[in-house]
Amino acid sequence: MNYGPIVFIGIFLTLASSWVGLILIPQIQYGGLGVQKIEETGRDYPAANFGSAALGREVYRANGCIYCHSQQVRAEDFGADIARGWGKRRSVSRDYLYDKPVFLGTMRTGPDLANIGLRQPSVEWHLSHLYNPQITSKGSIMPTYAFLFEKRKIGKASSPDALKLTGKLAPPSGYEIMPTEEAKNLIAYLLSLRVDVALPEGPLGK
Amino acid sequence: MKNSSPSLRQALNPSDDGNTAERKALLAEIDLSCRRPVLFLFANALLWLMAGTALALITSWKMHSPGFLADWSWLTFGRVRPAHLNTMVYGFASQAGIGVAIWLLCRLGRVPFMQGGIVLAATVLWNIGMTVGIIGILSGDSTSIEWLEMPGYAAYILFMAYALIAVWAIITFRFRREKHLYVSQWYLLGALFWFPWLYSAANMMLVIDPVRGTVQAAVNWWFGHNVLGLWFTPIGLGAIYYFIPKVIGRPIHSYFLSILGFWSLALFYNWAGMHHLIGGPMPAWLITVSIVASIMMIIPVVTVAINHHLTMVGHFKKLKYSPTLRFIVFGAMSYTVASLQGSSMAIRSLNKLTHFTHYTIAHSHIGLYAFFTMTMFGSMYYIVPRLALREWPSARLISIHFWAAAIGILLYVVPLSVGGVLQGRAMNNPDVPFIKTVELTKPYLITRSMSGIILTVAHVAFVVNFVWILARRRRPYEPPVDFIAAGLDPEVKANLTHEI
Repeated sequence: MNYGPIVFIGIFLTLASSWVGLILIPQIQYGGLGVQKIEETGRDYPAANFGSAALGREVYRANGCIYCHSQQVRAEDFGADIARGWGKRRSVSRDYLYDKPVFLGTMRTGPDLANIGLRQPSVEWHLSHLYNPQITSKGSIMPTYAFLFEKRKIGKASSPDALKLTGKLAPPSGYEIMPTEEAKNLIAYLLSLRVDVALPEGPLGK
Repeated sequence: MKNSSPSLRQALNPSDDGNTAERKALLAEIDLSCRRPVLFLFANALLWLMAGTALALITSWKMHSPGFLADWSWLTFGRVRPAHLNTMVYGFASQAGIGVAIWLLCRLGRVPFMQGGIVLAATVLWNIGMTVGIIGILSGDSTSIEWLEMPGYAAYILFMAYALIAVWAIITFRFRREKHLYVSQWYLLGALFWFPWLYSAANMMLVIDPVRGTVQAAVNWWFGHNVLGLWFTPIGLGAIYYFIPKVIGRPIHSYFLSILGFWSLALFYNWAGMHHLIGGPMPAWLITVSIVASIMMIIPVVTVAINHHLTMVGHFKKLKYSPTLRFIVFGAMSYTVASLQGSSMAIRSLNKLTHFTHYTIAHSHIGLYAFFTMTMFGSMYYIVPRLALREWPSARLISIHFWAAAIGILLYVVPLSVGGVLQGRAMNNPDVPFIKTVELTKPYLITRSMSGIILTVAHVAFVVNFVWILARRRRPYEPPVDFIAAGLDPEVKANLTHEI
């Protein structure tokens, strides 16, 4: 162990082994995974996000939603994900084909969001929840995202998009709380999170 | 200067000095040559430590008081948290680690610091990259890839800075005068080589040109886990292998165990990362391989623990006197705890309980704080006086630093681990409404904030002492600072006396 080159070769080979084993081989095995044609609908699964949902994904990334919310449903026999109604089946690699980066997450301070679009499809609910989580989820420790909204003077008539707030949270009279484009995009992204398609490797209900 | 080959015993044991004037002159030359670059690295590391501490407090506070500083997007939870992690990991821990590694490589290679300009330039560049990266995260450019949140444009700067340090390390290693390699040098060489590979490969495959789908998750955790396993751990162990024998004045117990510990760590640690994805949408074999590697990690951990313990046996009373030894031994013991706990968390049945909970967060702080950060503190207590050529001005501040850090981190990890287990149990029971899993953790999250305040006290004490020692006038001779200045046991005193 006094001959530098020998130590160095060992150091090189050890990391090279896991780089090959944990990165290169998975990349060869399924790095080229493609879409699956779904017979009932004739459509390809998954479909890439576009428009406001794609922009909303950037809001999700920028504000670090992953630090409290995972996006992965584990198999029925591993944890209570499916029993809690977080998904109709376990997540599989193909579900994440177009995700850059993948938001699998490692923490569940808040609930899993892999199927939030199925579980909570109401835009109005999401707007209130983002503006102040206490409105919809009493006792939550999710921060408020009021910075994704703006307070503005009501023009001729109040906007149909304005938040319906009551009590302490209501804006002063003559003003209304409007979601910014960022908030709308984020919600479009959240509503796009839904997996209700059976795959050969992921039949529903498991 | 003569370039004679030392006896095997001397080479294995850096504290076996033989006391020659020639050797002391060489050590003085080495320390003088390390003075500016290493102190500059430490100073920058401590600046980031304070920034990271502030970010930590804000993050922790937000978890039980979600309205706290919530109205400004720059300080929203999901940005402050990665800013805290990156500040601590790349700003504080990496710079402290590089500083310690540089000094150790010079000392162990018996070679004065060469081409100092390279490291100074690298440090400046590194801190520019850090600043750009942290501002990037706070302004909304975070990649949301754990452990790699700093945006691509900052990663380029950091990588260039790191490449300079690697070039320097190769030069220094190549021109070392002491041809015998001590165990610390294996670890440091490993760390200095592994990190750039990890960092560049992960950035290429995740940020610059991402691979497809969940292969990204594999790259992510291959990187994330190895930053701890192949960057911080070898630097920390290298320091522990150096400072325990150095301070207590006896050689490492077993050369054989040192070899076994090093190569088993190199072989197994880098395969363990996929245990972060247990239960996830990944190929089953990939996860299983990492679980096996995680369990195999018991070999290097127990080997190193036995080796360090048998070296320390009979010398534990010196913990009473030596600040360095106290921090280092705390770090060494925490390494054993963190690693064995980590192996257990890779077992599927336990992982089912602890994954996705605060238990994981507590575990990561045993590794990065109780082990690595404490080890770095201990190393700095030894190195800084030798570079600044004066002693620590206040033994009391060192004592405050140690106790606040030790109590603070215990108060952090123990309650939060309990909270994490309760959270996991509740989460795995579908009859418990999800909001209950949030509510039951609140007391533990508040306790964590309290521990954060105590840790802040520790860090302030250290920074005050650090600024003070640099601002102090140099004295011709000062005895080393220890916790009991008067009435020192003569035997202990002999072993603690500075070489210079």
